[in-house]
Amino acid sequence: MTSTGGGTAAILALGEESQFDRWVELGRLVFMSSFPILLLLIIWDQATCIRDVVCVGHPLATPFLLPNPITVADRIWSDTTSGDLVLNVGLTLYRAFFGFVVAAVTGVVLGILISRFMSVHWFFDPIISVGFPMPKVAFLPIFMLWFGLYDTSKIALIIVDAIFPVLTATIAATQGVDRQMLWSARMLGASDKQLLWEIVVPAAFPSIMTGLQIALPISLIIAIVTEMIMGGPGLGGAMIAASRFADSPGVFAGIIEIAIAGFCVVKGMAMLRRRLLVWHQEAEDPTTA
Amino acid sequence: MTTEATTRFDAGGLAKIEFSRRASALFMRYLPLLILAAVWELSSRLGLVSTLALPPLSAVLESWVSLMLSGDIVTNTADSLWRLSAGLGMAIVFGTLIGVLMAWYKPLDVLMNPIVQVFYPMPKSALIPVTVLWLGFGHWSKIVLIFIGCMLPVTLSAYNGARGTEQFLVWSARSMGASRRRTLLEVVLPSALPEILSGIRTALALSFILMVASELIVARSGLGYMIGWLGDGGVYDAMFAVVMTVSILGFAADRGYLMLMKRVLSWRE
Repeated sequence: MTSTGGGTAAILALGEESQFDRWVELGRLVFMSSFPILLLLIIWDQATCIRDVVCVGHPLATPFLLPNPITVADRIWSDTTSGDLVLNVGLTLYRAFFGFVVAAVTGVVLGILISRFMSVHWFFDPIISVGFPMPKVAFLPIFMLWFGLYDTSKIALIIVDAIFPVLTATIAATQGVDRQMLWSARMLGASDKQLLWEIVVPAAFPSIMTGLQIALPISLIIAIVTEMIMGGPGLGGAMIAASRFADSPGVFAGIIEIAIAGFCVVKGMAMLRRRLLVWHQEAEDPTTA
Repeated sequence: MTTEATTRFDAGGLAKIEFSRRASALFMRYLPLLILAAVWELSSRLGLVSTLALPPLSAVLESWVSLMLSGDIVTNTADSLWRLSAGLGMAIVFGTLIGVLMAWYKPLDVLMNPIVQVFYPMPKSALIPVTVLWLGFGHWSKIVLIFIGCMLPVTLSAYNGARGTEQFLVWSARSMGASRRRTLLEVVLPSALPEILSGIRTALALSFILMVASELIVARSGLGYMIGWLGDGGVYDAMFAVVMTVSILGFAADRGYLMLMKRVLSWRE
């Protein structure tokens, strides 16, 4: 959306100008949104100033409590060149996405079954309403007992945690499909299968997508928490190891790496939504994701 | 006289019927959970799964009672709930304040919005090692973690809610002579309330996750600490008992909050 108002005529008349205006507008937007982040970085830098950088005043925090951003950036760079970063990010994302995909597929299928068959609904409804608000992280030691210390227990917990938003979104979405559409399709002679694939699934898709957009950050959170508790490679494990060795640049590098990973995952999902739901008026992100 | 008596009798009878109908509906609704509990108990008792991997439900309940009697579970629950409520309480107060003010003052919006947008998708559990580094193993590292983690969902929902206030309401209040402060308190805040309350519900769920996770990783007390400690010691029936306690607390908190939310929002149609 550009704020260069005016009708089509104005744009046609000022073809070159409006293109230029658009670039100016984009530049202004980028500046306005990156300025507070830069300000925050400058404050961080000055609060933890080290000798060989320009310092305005006396540093407020010791390098142990809050290392300088340049030290942290150095650390991220050395992690990148040594290949540790790629390994850790890859492992964490692999666990999060594996769990997420399994939860998404099972959640959508089970959700459709629940809203289609009364008996399935009867069995799963109380389980969902009790299971959704439970803090499932507490089950991690049990999962460790059952599935061991490696990937299986982590992925199992991610599935259990991520499936609930998908389930509730799918049930609400498929039950909310407009009856008129179903009746019309039936009247025009659609089979059960056609009804499912050509009416119910497309009509429910925007809301299911919202559920998936809630489930994905949850998968990432659980992946990091399980790695922190069990240790070993992965972003969370690397961070907790750094913390145990009182290596604070490592801890802060971990936070920034995790923040960037989280940002990319969430924004990527929002972009996917816009791409897949071009036909729908609610193609923007959900507000509560 | 007689008619009155009959009606009264009828009303009593009807209430009784209504009550038993409701009770049986409730029973039917939660029957699947009872079935699961029975399957759990039987599969463990009949030796289908090892009692080490899945202690029978009755043993879990037994050790829950003994943990309750010894007071272990009470003191640790108190510690956990204190951390949770302190962190969540601060998050609600500051989150609402910042969110509403961001929607009300443009300069604050320009300054804060990018920061909120960047930090919102970040998994807050990443902050667990830092709060430990800053504040040690005690209460405060958990309280600050829960505070930081829960503040952004509340901030964002308050911001969206306050921005969605109908402009006509604000203009009417202003034209009828309400001051800016009064408009903010009596028009903008109530109209943002539904969104703020649903943001707080997200924060409530998040606070339980952060509480358990941070206590599992580094702590000296609390329910998460108990789970990790009992699990490491191999006392699995007691560990299951604590896990169940945490789950029930999370469930009860969410249900209680929903009821409160319904009551607070009863003025809306």
